[in-house]
Amino acid sequence: MELSMVDSIVDSHNRKTWALISILQDIQKEDGYLSQEVLRRVAERMDIPLTRLYEVATFYRSLSLIPQGKHNITICSGTACHVRGSNRILNELTRHLEIEPGGTTEDGEFTLNVVNCLGACAIGPVVVIDGKYHGKMTPSKTMDLLEKCRSKE
Amino acid sequence: MKRLESIKDLDKLRESIIEKNNCYQKTITICGGPGCHAIGSEDLRANFEREIKERGLADKIRLIFSGCHGFCEQGPLAVIRPEGILYCKLRMEDIVPIITETLVEGKIIDSLLYEDQNVGKVVYEKDVPFYRSQKRLLLEQNELVNPTIIDDYIANGGYMAFGKTLLDMKPDEVISKIKDSGLRGRGGAGFPTGIKWESCRKAKDETKYIICNCDEGDPGAYMDRSVLEGNPHLVLEGMLIGAYAIGSETGFIYVRHEYPWAWENAGIAIKQAKELGLLGENILGSGMNFDIDIARGGGAFVCGESTALVASLEGRAGEPRDKQHLHTVESGLWEKPTNLNNVETWANVPFIINNGADWYSQIGTAKSKGTKIFSLVGKVKNTGLVEVPMGMSLKEIVYDIGGGTPDGAEVKAVQTGGPSGGCIPGNLLDIPVDFDELTKAGSMMGSGGMIVMDIKTCMVDVARYFVRFLKDESCGKCLPCREGLKRMDEILTDIIEGRGTMGSIDLMEELALVMTDASLCGLGRTAPNSVLSTLKYFRDEYIAHVIDKKCPAGVCTSLITYSINEENCTGCGACKRNCPYEAIEGERRKKHRIIPELCQKCGICLDSCKFDAVEVS
Repeated sequence: MELSMVDSIVDSHNRKTWALISILQDIQKEDGYLSQEVLRRVAERMDIPLTRLYEVATFYRSLSLIPQGKHNITICSGTACHVRGSNRILNELTRHLEIEPGGTTEDGEFTLNVVNCLGACAIGPVVVIDGKYHGKMTPSKTMDLLEKCRSKE
Repeated sequence: MKRLESIKDLDKLRESIIEKNNCYQKTITICGGPGCHAIGSEDLRANFEREIKERGLADKIRLIFSGCHGFCEQGPLAVIRPEGILYCKLRMEDIVPIITETLVEGKIIDSLLYEDQNVGKVVYEKDVPFYRSQKRLLLEQNELVNPTIIDDYIANGGYMAFGKTLLDMKPDEVISKIKDSGLRGRGGAGFPTGIKWESCRKAKDETKYIICNCDEGDPGAYMDRSVLEGNPHLVLEGMLIGAYAIGSETGFIYVRHEYPWAWENAGIAIKQAKELGLLGENILGSGMNFDIDIARGGGAFVCGESTALVASLEGRAGEPRDKQHLHTVESGLWEKPTNLNNVETWANVPFIINNGADWYSQIGTAKSKGTKIFSLVGKVKNTGLVEVPMGMSLKEIVYDIGGGTPDGAEVKAVQTGGPSGGCIPGNLLDIPVDFDELTKAGSMMGSGGMIVMDIKTCMVDVARYFVRFLKDESCGKCLPCREGLKRMDEILTDIIEGRGTMGSIDLMEELALVMTDASLCGLGRTAPNSVLSTLKYFRDEYIAHVIDKKCPAGVCTSLITYSINEENCTGCGACKRNCPYEAIEGERRKKHRIIPELCQKCGICLDSCKFDAVEVS
């Protein structure tokens, strides 16, 4: 990301400390993660110690210091989805993709994330692939969707 | 939009909006709540809008794309007013018939009606059993407004309560009214709202902050988001009244970043309120100044705790601090007096001002007043958001409103209170929803998650689910919570994987006591609740895991085996084709068999068999 863009995101939030998480999220939305260079720039522009930024960027689940894969798979692990078997989907995906939640496959294709709840409990278990919700999922239906993602390319 | 200079201006604006809306003969409200949204209600809205326009009906039919209606199981939903007709499970091909037959000709389309197993097809929303037993004070408003249009809120009496406080009430009178109403915080602990406001008002400092907590982190709970994204002005009005009573000029809404519609809609609402002069300086010409900003959360459950949320707003990691000696109302955000309430609490305030404390305190039980929204989810037929008067029994909620379990199986337990709550067994469902009664039963009200569990839910697995959740979410500041949860997860995993002993259970109970007594904040102190409540009511299930090495619910993979029932197997081969581990053998049209050495217990065969031939034992 151009550093001028970092500046404009920081400025659009009036450099307020209470908006720090929003600022970092907005930056991450562009790049998929927070690079060292970007964090340094934010620290400078907001006049916040870099250590503090690092503290924040590593504490909150929505912020990542690692680049994300081409496709984002998010499994809802809310209680409603859990009692309807989301764990089986997660186990199957970690085994198949050989990554743990939060990780990205070696070929950079998939990032696997787990979210606490998406509030779409009526259609649980829910799997979100690249922003699209898929309800009433099973391990096999999820595998089919991954194959579709791959074959699209 | 013209800025309003007085309460009279507001009343005039209301009248003009109502008059303008009089031209519409019908209104169709499409639910845009999280559940319906996820299954395509946005596309429905766009197509409805286009069809209505193309047919030249835009000046006769009003389309409202609203927040959550509650009946998520039957979504996408539409309600047609003034009749109140409810259509369920809408598809694209239903749009034209709804317009031509119902909206234009007034005919009911039978196939789109909700069908109840006892009463058959139901035409009107109010007659549907799911809605009939509810008291939808807050949620009903969701159906009347498009959350991005302030006119809708104003037309339905919005900002009248705030006008009334400005015109007729002194700040102390507002506080007395809230105290008299008996309103208690909806975020979990149930602290009396009026007393909190009073303490904050009395705190000696010129600068005071108020915060609306929408960091709804409980898994399986989506009440707060549905109120904030469905009717943001209701929350703003509650905060305005609070700001007036407490004497604050700055407010924040702290919203989970996973709820984009909630922070987007709240942002739009704030902008509109500012344009009209309902927020900002010299509000309605009264001299009152108050502004609200939105801060997005970072996805940390602990930030639901007030001191952690404050730390997060200050641009730090969300670590709580000890509240025993220094309360947030005295020293909170930037060490200034800070009043923090949950979304639902703020949303109740305008109703109390409009209808009076007596009216409000008549709803509910002796010590829990008003209504409470629950997200009724899990193994329940009618998943959705329900709003009931306090005091209704869990049984009524789960059976009368929720319709019981999908396959009619017995309810094994109902979990309330989120990760800090507990599981209430099926035989105790006569307990009323009441802050104190639920706590007595070993659970808690929490913010309103209500998860129904049936015999296929393993209670040890549920306990570990919550312990793991909290282990991941523990901020790590204090040792009892940080280490206690890790050890508890290890012990539970031992039990689940067949390595547990009776000593494991004793050890866990001892650990739970230490965590309850010695943790810094509410997260750690309540963290053992899921273990303690399941041990209290479902000890047999723990013993089955430990002594018999069996999981009675058939969930814990180390303790179960998959097999194929030869009588049911038709030899269709679906399981064999889908098994990723080539662990199933058998020729086509002949009985199949699972090879135990190769089986990874992924359960894909169970999902793919259409003949109930795959069994778990």
